[in-house]
Amino acid sequence: MIHQYRNNGYNIVLDVNSGAVHVVDELCYDVIAHLAAGEEPDEAALDRPETLEGLLAALKDRYKEEEIREALEDVKELTREGRLFTRDVFEPMIDQVKQRKTVVKALCLHIAHDCNLACKYCFAEEGEYHGRRALMSYEVGKKALDFLIVSSGNRRNLEVDFFGGEPLMNWQVVKDLVAYGREQEKIHNKHFRFTVTTNGVLLNDEIQDFINKEMDNVVLSLDGRKEINDNMRPFRNGKGSYDLIVPKFQKLADSRNQERYYVRGTFTRNNLDFSNDVLHFADLGFKQMSIEPVVGDESDPYAIREEDIPKICEEYDRLAKIMIEREKEGKGFNFFHFMIDLEGGPCVSKRLSGCGSGTEYLAVTPWGDLYPCHQFVGQEEFLMGNVDEGITRPEIADEFRGCSVYSKDKCRDCFAKFYCSGGCMANAYNFHGTIHEAYDIGCEMQRKRVECAIMMKAALADASDER
Amino acid sequence: MKHVKTLNTQTLTNTMKKGGCGECQTSCQSACKTSCTVGNQTCEQKK
Repeated sequence: MIHQYRNNGYNIVLDVNSGAVHVVDELCYDVIAHLAAGEEPDEAALDRPETLEGLLAALKDRYKEEEIREALEDVKELTREGRLFTRDVFEPMIDQVKQRKTVVKALCLHIAHDCNLACKYCFAEEGEYHGRRALMSYEVGKKALDFLIVSSGNRRNLEVDFFGGEPLMNWQVVKDLVAYGREQEKIHNKHFRFTVTTNGVLLNDEIQDFINKEMDNVVLSLDGRKEINDNMRPFRNGKGSYDLIVPKFQKLADSRNQERYYVRGTFTRNNLDFSNDVLHFADLGFKQMSIEPVVGDESDPYAIREEDIPKICEEYDRLAKIMIEREKEGKGFNFFHFMIDLEGGPCVSKRLSGCGSGTEYLAVTPWGDLYPCHQFVGQEEFLMGNVDEGITRPEIADEFRGCSVYSKDKCRDCFAKFYCSGGCMANAYNFHGTIHEAYDIGCEMQRKRVECAIMMKAALADASDER
Repeated sequence: MKHVKTLNTQTLTNTMKKGGCGECQTSCQSACKTSCTVGNQTCEQKK
């Protein structure tokens, strides 16, 4: 399976099943397109005389015969090497991958179901997750860490994200749980990677120092330009949060040497020109950033609609081009959704297993209830167990485990399937009422981001060749 | 090759041989929380 596209002057061919990425000239682009029409050829088919004859008949008006022959030889070589027209050898593996015994390796601790902001799009409903306000107690948190250690088998690296609501509203418990984790990891030969997601309202020097000492990653919530941020992320009294938060985030990012953090925003249909918000982050001095499409009900006025997709794709194109220029000028920055590692990315097993929600990754409520991920919290049909008894409804884990790019018709023929791994199951559920589906608007955006990310690699490889 | 420049040497098929150790980061712990972005994660063995 291949995917061909043109972007920013580059002719790109992605060989989906090997992950090989080729930048080709016009001639080769047309040769590959011709060969790929209908059933994709294998080595034997490429060697048949009628293959060359067909190519010559189709393309000789535009290209010289000798060049067409040359391009076909290049295609044959790539195919022989397993870098073009590669067959899918992973599907037979899927049962093995999905039925393997999984261990829990990551928890999202809902340390506070309360928030000091009133963001309009919050899937946690201002921190309350369809329930009451609550803070996680140290006792419940301890049991969650114990549950993680016991459930993690031989896995050494364990991840715990302090999430909310706003986790800084229950900061003492965060500190105490980190201390408990550090003590337990020595006893059980584990390594905790703690992370925290915060809106920054309560951030101060003492908290910053603790975060820098203990947290592998910190996610700083901010939406971009002041007017955009303050419209969607006000305090409960309606006042904007930008002026209070931005200087604290800048200080924190600098204090971490601009590493191991993300300033993370959400874009809505109110700011479909979100590339300007990404660039605003860059202009504020941030180097690690993410701006993600809002998740919301279709009836919400700010929700992304199908008709917004062309504009969103234009924005991704614009952002990619500007990022290339900034990189060349030595002013580059990372945009989470354009990060792609063509050489050292995840193994195929990881790509087939997806995000791990409901199996490797669980969310814990302030009361100690377990859900497949933070986005399912409060939906009782997904309540999987609790930190006292562990998983009491393993059938929920089984359902999540069974979900893959091969169990969804929409994914099977999608070129981006090994990059999103089937997409967000919560989004699928929210839009289709089942996790065995795909959120179509999200898929469109994902495909565009993968295309842009690959094009940027091509452009930066070019720039590197020029130097 | 005259008509093709390939950007990567590693292939997904190669990662079948090793891989699957599961020590890598869970995708939603990195930054996303609302979308699935497995492809941009880093392999723990290659850090």
